[in-house]
Amino acid sequence: MFIINCPFCGEREQSEFKAGGEAHIERPKQPTELSDDEWAEYLFMRKNIKGIQFERWNHIHGCRKWFNMVRDTSNDEIKAIYKMGEKPPVK
Amino acid sequence: MSKNLRVKSSKFIDETYRVSFKFNGSRYYGYKGDTLASALLANDIHLVGRSFKYHRPRGIMTSGSEEPNVIVQLHNNSDRTEPNVRATEIEIYEGLEASSQNCWPSVNFDIGGINNLLSPLLPAGFYYKTFMWPASFWEKYEYFIRKSAGLGKSPTTPDPDIYEHEYIHCDVLIVGAGISGIIAAKTAAKNGLKTLLVDEKPNLGGSTIYQNSEHFKINNQNSGSWLEKEINEIKKIDNLDIRIRTSVAAFHGYNFLLARENLTDHLPIEQRKNKTRQKLLKIRAKKVITATGSLERPLIFDNNDRPGILLSSAIKRYADLFGVACGEKNIFLTNNDSAYETAISLIQKGIKVEAIVDNREEIESKLLYEVEKNNVKVFKGFTIVNTNGYKKINKVSLMKLSKDGQKVIGSKINLSCDCLGVSGGWTPAVHLFTQSGGKLKFREEDQVFIPNKYSSEQISIGACNGDLTLEDIIENTPKYLKEFLNIKKTDYDNVEVFSSENKSKRNIWLLPSDKILGKTKSFVDYQNDATAKDIKLALREGFRSIEHVKRYTTTGMGTDQGKLGNMHALGIISETAGTKMGEHGTTTFRPPYTPLTFGTIVGRNVGEYFDIFRKTPMHEWHLKNKAEFENVGQWKRAWYYPKNNENMFEAVQRESKAARENAGILDASTLGKIDIQGTDASEFLNRVYTNAWSKLAVGKCRYGLMLNEDGMVYDDGVTTRLGENHYIMTTTTGGAANVLGKLEDYLQTEWPELDVYLTSVTDHFATISVCGPNSKKIISNVIPDLDLSDENFPHMSFKNTKIGKVNCRVMRISFTGEHSYEINIQANYANSVWEKCMEVGKDFNITPYGTETMHLLRAEKGFIIVGQDTDATMTPIDLQMDWIVSKKKYDFIGKRSLYRSDTIKDDRKQLVGLLTDNPNEILEEGAQIVADVNKSPIEMLGHVTSSYYSPNLKKSIALGVVRGGKNMMGKKLIIPMENKTINVTVADPVFLDKENKRLNA
Ligand SMILES: [Zn+2]
Repeated sequence: MFIINCPFCGEREQSEFKAGGEAHIERPKQPTELSDDEWAEYLFMRKNIKGIQFERWNHIHGCRKWFNMVRDTSNDEIKAIYKMGEKPPVK
Repeated sequence: MSKNLRVKSSKFIDETYRVSFKFNGSRYYGYKGDTLASALLANDIHLVGRSFKYHRPRGIMTSGSEEPNVIVQLHNNSDRTEPNVRATEIEIYEGLEASSQNCWPSVNFDIGGINNLLSPLLPAGFYYKTFMWPASFWEKYEYFIRKSAGLGKSPTTPDPDIYEHEYIHCDVLIVGAGISGIIAAKTAAKNGLKTLLVDEKPNLGGSTIYQNSEHFKINNQNSGSWLEKEINEIKKIDNLDIRIRTSVAAFHGYNFLLARENLTDHLPIEQRKNKTRQKLLKIRAKKVITATGSLERPLIFDNNDRPGILLSSAIKRYADLFGVACGEKNIFLTNNDSAYETAISLIQKGIKVEAIVDNREEIESKLLYEVEKNNVKVFKGFTIVNTNGYKKINKVSLMKLSKDGQKVIGSKINLSCDCLGVSGGWTPAVHLFTQSGGKLKFREEDQVFIPNKYSSEQISIGACNGDLTLEDIIENTPKYLKEFLNIKKTDYDNVEVFSSENKSKRNIWLLPSDKILGKTKSFVDYQNDATAKDIKLALREGFRSIEHVKRYTTTGMGTDQGKLGNMHALGIISETAGTKMGEHGTTTFRPPYTPLTFGTIVGRNVGEYFDIFRKTPMHEWHLKNKAEFENVGQWKRAWYYPKNNENMFEAVQRESKAARENAGILDASTLGKIDIQGTDASEFLNRVYTNAWSKLAVGKCRYGLMLNEDGMVYDDGVTTRLGENHYIMTTTTGGAANVLGKLEDYLQTEWPELDVYLTSVTDHFATISVCGPNSKKIISNVIPDLDLSDENFPHMSFKNTKIGKVNCRVMRISFTGEHSYEINIQANYANSVWEKCMEVGKDFNITPYGTETMHLLRAEKGFIIVGQDTDATMTPIDLQMDWIVSKKKYDFIGKRSLYRSDTIKDDRKQLVGLLTDNPNEILEEGAQIVADVNKSPIEMLGHVTSSYYSPNLKKSIALGVVRGGKNMMGKKLIIPMENKTINVTVADPVFLDKENKRLNA
């Protein structure tokens, strides 16, 4: 169980959080303009990387805010945490 | 009466406190401070169990948690009996009863022992190879395998003991209170760090504390006395928390550790009452110092498993700590200096040491000279090739090792003995380190794995870090601590050490024999009866990975997790395969390090505390009125209210009729309620529901269907416009939390520009639903001020009103198809309003009904239940609910998915009504639906999702999903059951009142 530094509440146990899958996949602004393949790309395709992964987390049993995390999935090291809408850190 | 082998009083044993206990039905005595193993040895009992596969007699082998053989069943009662307890760990107490586990009918006469004679027929993989075919026979095999496998007995009644969980946050956790752990604890605590020190044993000091020899000195005192003073000092430090009898089970990432603290297992039974038995410690440490020491390795030779063969270090511990001699004629087999330490301890106590058989040819050791001075014969460059004695060792045979150590040469020498101590050197206890994600490296010179890369803020110190001698520990530990804790000096920087030990070692993983391997029984894993031969067989059969060899031979898979033999297994594999040791890695050490009881794992979360349950404000009323309850998520919902011994079917039939003929009342408080406010609330609803919301007038209600982005139905419910920028949304009972989460997700991440605020008010408002032709009369009496005329208060509208002085919201909405009102009222007033409705309703034949009747009534109307008639593969189109999908809206969640190539297919499963040809036949929910039973394989078209007998229609009705069902109206289909087939006709899912006349009746 890791410790997550919620950008709104501070350090809390992992059990207070919910993982929300890959980050930075924006919902298309005009879904109706997309082909089936393009829509399927948005809908279904997610990365599952061994290594550095950008992902969404929700402090569900706390402030209920969503935020982003950069995590090394091979050892669970959290490289960075930043708010929704903020730019992901480079490297 | 057996012999008394208590040789010399030990300060760790209280000889004034005699303890009686029973083992295999006989009474014995020991002293306070004894373990079951030491007390048995003092009574000259070595044979205590049988091995797993061959049922060979087995004795006490070790003195700690690594014990593979002596696992016993504690207590004989149905609630506290406990299997797989290691006799080497359990402290004796008045009233202890233990019995050997893996033997039938008794440890001395064991029928399974016949397996020993059959052992040529039971090679590695035997179970896999033999019992896999034919598969249908497995159940029969399993019975016999389990009976002879000695897995112990589980309790059959609830555990009466109390268990707790405790959270501990500390700066530094030190695991292991041996000499290096004590040094670390004092250093950390004296530097102001909040420190926790845990050790699995009842006393601190590890194996140094009973070291009483001129050959090992610290600051000119013998090392045991020196350490005792250190321990006395640390006990006085305030910011140091010491937990004994505490075993770390798991070392997870981010320095999160689980430990089991044993609080009462050592106490006499009558002193345990009302005390917590065990605690699960959940430790979060900023820094972890692992000081778990090392485990002595056995040696692998023919018949190395007889009772009376122990680790040399265990013999020393039994003599020094418990004052117990394991034998009266001791022989040692060693490849290093450790056995000499034990021999000297025994000689000091007047216990006879016959000989030491040393694999090493040339030995330069002060310990050796001391032993030889005492007339102990040392056989240099020899090994033991065989042992004798069925229930206890009585003889060993030695031979000279060849120069390369691969063969034995010369003639055999036989020596008699009653105890053999073996020492194959030491293995750092790196289990916790690897559990935490640490990576090991292999140290060639003494063939050990030691920590290399740490995965968190932690270090290993002392023997578990490869510092296997006193000198190395004293020299290196302060150095590591200063760096790790960022401190300049420690109390131990100028400590003087004197040690007579010589580090040399001659490591031979599998000692050679004069027999061919196939004729030997050289055990690598004692508990699982895996031999060197088995491992070589696995390699011959093509297994290469250690993980595969492990599973095939079951090496390391017992309750001891192969703490003793895993290194030898690796050694034999690399020798046989001709690879280097480090290349294979090790097998994965998985938590728990030692087994945990379920009681400890669950703590206080048992019985009614296992999970929370949610009650509505009317719960007590339902109880009083004999409701049966059903669990819906965490909610307890009134299911039906049986009267006069009615069964469920009868009660539901009565309730369903009453609701349509007179009036029914339902507690709908569990429905999720979300208060939605903000200037963009209407736009928000437009985006999350399939239908349009902008034009809904204030004071009106609308049913909405919510999809996932993949177009599948996710939830449904009625939302009411309370004001210009204010709505209240209802969700399904089970979906409430997830719907709120999903809406919050979209608001925060996709549409942060929307001015919308969401608040869950599920628990704040209770909902009372009154329906049926008499509902209007009842409500007009409960709320006389409210104008209930259809003009003022039509279907699908809402009114703010008051009951007495209490504000409430009344919606005219219906899930039954009847004229119906839902009163939403502050939860704490709800029960009184409910009772008022019942009181007033008496004159109008009001009948309380539960969820089952609600389900029946809505099925008569063809209303879906999300999660029952849908299963995350149903679009609104599949549900024949095209009417609720707005064609005009540019976008809403899931819209684009409704015309993907897959979702527009005609032959998707679609919701239909089903009528049985025999109106009295009720279908089973979940039953398959087919068209042709003669075609093979039979094509499954769908399944029944809801099925009831309708008392109002006087016939059986059902909903189901059928491939292409939309175009099958009137078509005959078949429901194949176990003993019959049922003929059905596809029908409109709306069975009752298609014109919705009853809504305004
Ligand atoms: Zn938070």
